[in-house]
Formats: sequence, structure tokens, C-alpha cells
Amino acid sequence: MRISGRESPHAPGTALLEVDSVSAGYDGRIAIEAVSMRVHAGQRIAVVGPNGAGKSTLFKVLAGVHRPAAGRVRIYGSDPGRHVCIAYIEQNADLNWRFPATVEDVVAMGRIARVGYFRYLRRADRAIVAAAMERVAISPLRRRQIAELSGGQRQRMFIARALAQQAELLMLDEPFVGLDADAHRQLEATLGSLGNTVTVMLATHDLGVAERIGRVALMNRRLIGYGPASEVLVAERLAEAYGSNLRRIDADGKQYALPDSHCDHGVPVGVAGPVRMRALP
Amino acid sequence: MNELLIVPLGYPFVVRALLAVTMVAAACALVGTFAVLRGMSYIGSALAHSLVPGIAVGYLVGGLSRDRLFWWATGTAILTALGMSALVRRFRISEDAAVGVVYSGMFALGIVIISTVRSFAVDLVHFLFGNVLSVSRTDLIRIGVVVAIIVVVVALFYKEMVLVTFDRVFAAALRLNSRMLTALQFVLMALAIAVALQTIGIALVVTLMVAPAAAALQVVRRFHHAVLVAAAIGMFSGVVGLYISYHLSVASGAAIALVCVVVFLIISALDRALRAAPSEEGHGAANPAA
Repeated sequence: MRISGRESPHAPGTALLEVDSVSAGYDGRIAIEAVSMRVHAGQRIAVVGPNGAGKSTLFKVLAGVHRPAAGRVRIYGSDPGRHVCIAYIEQNADLNWRFPATVEDVVAMGRIARVGYFRYLRRADRAIVAAAMERVAISPLRRRQIAELSGGQRQRMFIARALAQQAELLMLDEPFVGLDADAHRQLEATLGSLGNTVTVMLATHDLGVAERIGRVALMNRRLIGYGPASEVLVAERLAEAYGSNLRRIDADGKQYALPDSHCDHGVPVGVAGPVRMRALP
Repeated sequence: MNELLIVPLGYPFVVRALLAVTMVAAACALVGTFAVLRGMSYIGSALAHSLVPGIAVGYLVGGLSRDRLFWWATGTAILTALGMSALVRRFRISEDAAVGVVYSGMFALGIVIISTVRSFAVDLVHFLFGNVLSVSRTDLIRIGVVVAIIVVVVALFYKEMVLVTFDRVFAAALRLNSRMLTALQFVLMALAIAVALQTIGIALVVTLMVAPAAAALQVVRRFHHAVLVAAAIGMFSGVVGLYISYHLSVASGAAIALVCVVVFLIISALDRALRAAPSEEGHGAANPAA
């Protein structure tokens, strides 16, 4: 069963995502302010910014799970409420991991909107679910209870669920948090293997990952920069986004930028954990 | 053995009671599994106590007619279920806080109404603790119809209800109507409680909802297995409790609730013992290697 490279049901040439002056917040507190951006199908975008910059809020608004206070979001030119092609993987999803479900059960949940009310999954849906698991290499874990999965396996399970959903936009909020170096590499490889069949937006503190992704949205409540990493991840803009929370480190004759949130978890700079540094031009 | 198990079946009221308790136990297990997984076990207790004002008003309006009391109780439970759902949505309070407010408020209202009619206090005991041995043929048909409605509605919305119970954010991203599905879960719970009124009573119905589901969730890996095992535990507890009630002449509702709790404790202990036992194949603990 082929689940990639399918014909998009949407009008060709239309931007997948149009965000116009969107502001949103919680209980009167503004989390994002006048954010505007366009995302085209097949693009990969790293959303970067300090803690509290509004990355998660932006994703929730785009996913349609949080209503913006102002502005407008359009998916392929129409209201997001009409689309089921957006997959949102929350940061540290507040889920009951003791829930009685196997990996296959969770991936199959991606088919629910496609199948519709009052219907059960058919053989074709099951084949799509199997193909989605195969594509992110979690088929051997299909019968495993979700409580038995590691952090990296959970992320891959959710990516498989998005593939089963036939999502055209996949948003991952801090997917690398809590992963060891191997799991981090494996997840990056999984995302890389998706090619341009799925548009990916990924919130991260890791400037190295952002640079590898290529296109960056740098924000701190407002959108400070949006474009190729080489143009956005420059000292002035990083300083504007991170303020005094950005450290500059000289090593190997180069200057590196390191968001200070790296030290929030007591990890010594440059010693352990995924590298979040980026060489400054 | 014949004396113990077969002889009681010679009495029609025992057979009716057995049928009633198995149907009610299955319905309670079904809705109870959702409630336990959502961390809302005590919503059952809150809904059960919210029936008191409905029963009291029903009594004042139509006396002790079981039919009328059932419909008054059912109506009150559904209104309360929808009210709790709206309370959570409109006033942005947590679900457990909504349960607490409704629980005490409705029960207090019921007691105030009851206190205006002194003779009713005695009859209330039947509703508090149930009297399954008095189930009539009409009661049995009513229980069957309501349980069938619960099963059919869950079957129709099964995959959506499971998703909303597991991951509400993803459900919202899929544009599922989480509010409607949550309200529907509350209403089904209200129906199960109303139908359990005569079987196990207001005070003990939560046991029939929570204990079998909590026991099943310790030993299964998939949701539909949890529902089936919980229903089996509930039905087993109901039948055993009923036999105990018959032979020892103790309150039927309390006997059923006690058996539920004992089964839960036995399964918990067995599960703990099996997990603690070293596995030769090394499957005893999850291997979280990425």
C-alpha cells in the first residue's frame, strides 16, 4: 500500500498554510502576536525561540485546537475547520501511557477522520496503517503496549499515526526532548525519510537541527525572522529573540550560539545531550 | 452444589434478578471503563447522588410507581450529566471540581425535598442500597432496552470515544466534536446509573462501574479487551453477590459491591505477584531502548 506521493486533493499552487496577523494567548496573556507566514507544500520549517516564545501556541492555533484572538489561518485557502490533513504531535503529550492500546491501535487512530462516523476501519485502512508503521520502522513493535515504548519510539509511533492520517502538514513540538543521542539521530533520520511528501514544522531549541532543516521561523511572541537558516540564524536576530539568554562560545576558531535554556536542565555546556549550538556566520 | 446453585433458580424472582444484574453489570463496565481511563471514576458517584432530587420529586408527583420514579431519575441524571459537561466548558473549571459541586448540590437538594415528606425517608433506603430481588418483568424489559441503547450508542461512536478518552488534543485536530462525545459519555453513564438504581442502589453503583474496570485494566493490553474483561468481572460479581445475598439473607446491593471489591483485590494481588516474579525470558520489565 502506497501512502506517499499521492495526489493532493487541494488546488495546486495554493499555499498549504497562510497565517495572517495571528495573535493568541491564554486568559488575557498574549502568547503570540501578529504572526504572519506562508508555508508551501513539501517545505520543512524549524520553529525556534526561547522558552515561552509561543511556539506551542502557534502550533495549537495552526492545528485548530486553540482559537486565535485575532488574525486568520487558512489551510489551502479555506478555513482550517474543513481540513483533517493536519497532524499535531504535542510536546510531552499529557497522555495516560497506561491506556490499554498497542502501537497499532494508536496508529490506527489516524484513520478515524478519514473513515468517518458510524464506520469501522476496513481492509484498505488497515493496509494504510501497516504501511505507515513500516515507513517509520516500528512494525516490529506493532503489538507492543504503548507503556513499554521509549521516548523515541513514541515519537515514531505518532509520526506513523500522522502518516496513517494522510496528513499533509505534520507539526512536532519539541520532539527531541528527553531523547538520547541515538534516538535523536534515528528520529531525525525518520523525519528525513519522509522526503517532501509531508510538510513538516518542528519546534526545537536545537539550532543545529534548525540549520539542518534549512528553513527557520525564529520567534519570541512575534515572528522575528522567517526564511533560510543562513539568513535567519544570524547573531543580530538570535540576540533579538533570545536577549541575554543567548551565549556565544568560541571553539575551534569559530563562534557558536547557544540558547541558555541548554543550562536549564543542569547539562554542562557542550558535554552531553543533543548539540544545540550553531556556528555563527 | 444443587442446593447452592440450582435450587434458587426455581424461584422466578431470582432468575429475574440474575438477568437484571448481569445486564446492569455489563452496562456499568462499559461506561465505567471510559470513566476510569479518563480519571473520572467519581463522576459515577456524583451522577448517582444527583438522582435523589429526581426520585424525590417523582415520589411527590406520582407516589411509589417504579416507572415514574425511573423516568424522573433518568431525566435528572441526564440533565445533571449535561449540566456538568456545560459547567466544565463554560466556567473553565476542572472536571473533578464540577463533579464535587454537582455531587453535593444535587444530593443536598434531594435531601431538602425528602425532608418535606417524612414517610419518604424509609422508602429511600431501597434506592440507596438497591433491592434487586424485587425486579419485576416490566423492570427487566426496561433494563434490557436501556442497556441495549447504551451498547448500540457505544458501538456507533466506539472509535471516536476511545480517541477522545486517549488523546483529546489529537481528536480536536481531527475536527472531532469532543464536547459532544464527552457529553454523550456522561449521558450514557447517567443511563447506566439510572438503570442500576434498583439493582445495586445509589450509594454502591460506583463500585459496579469502577472496580471491574480498574481490575480489568491491570491485566489487558487493548481497550476492547478491557471492556470485555470488565463486563465479565462485573457479571461474575453480580451473580456471586446475588447468590450470597440469597443464601445469607444480606442486602443484595452490598453483597454485589463487596464481591466486586474482593475480585478487584484478588486480581490486583495476582497482577502484582506476576509482575514481581522474575521472567526467564526477560519479559518481566519493559525495555525502553530506543
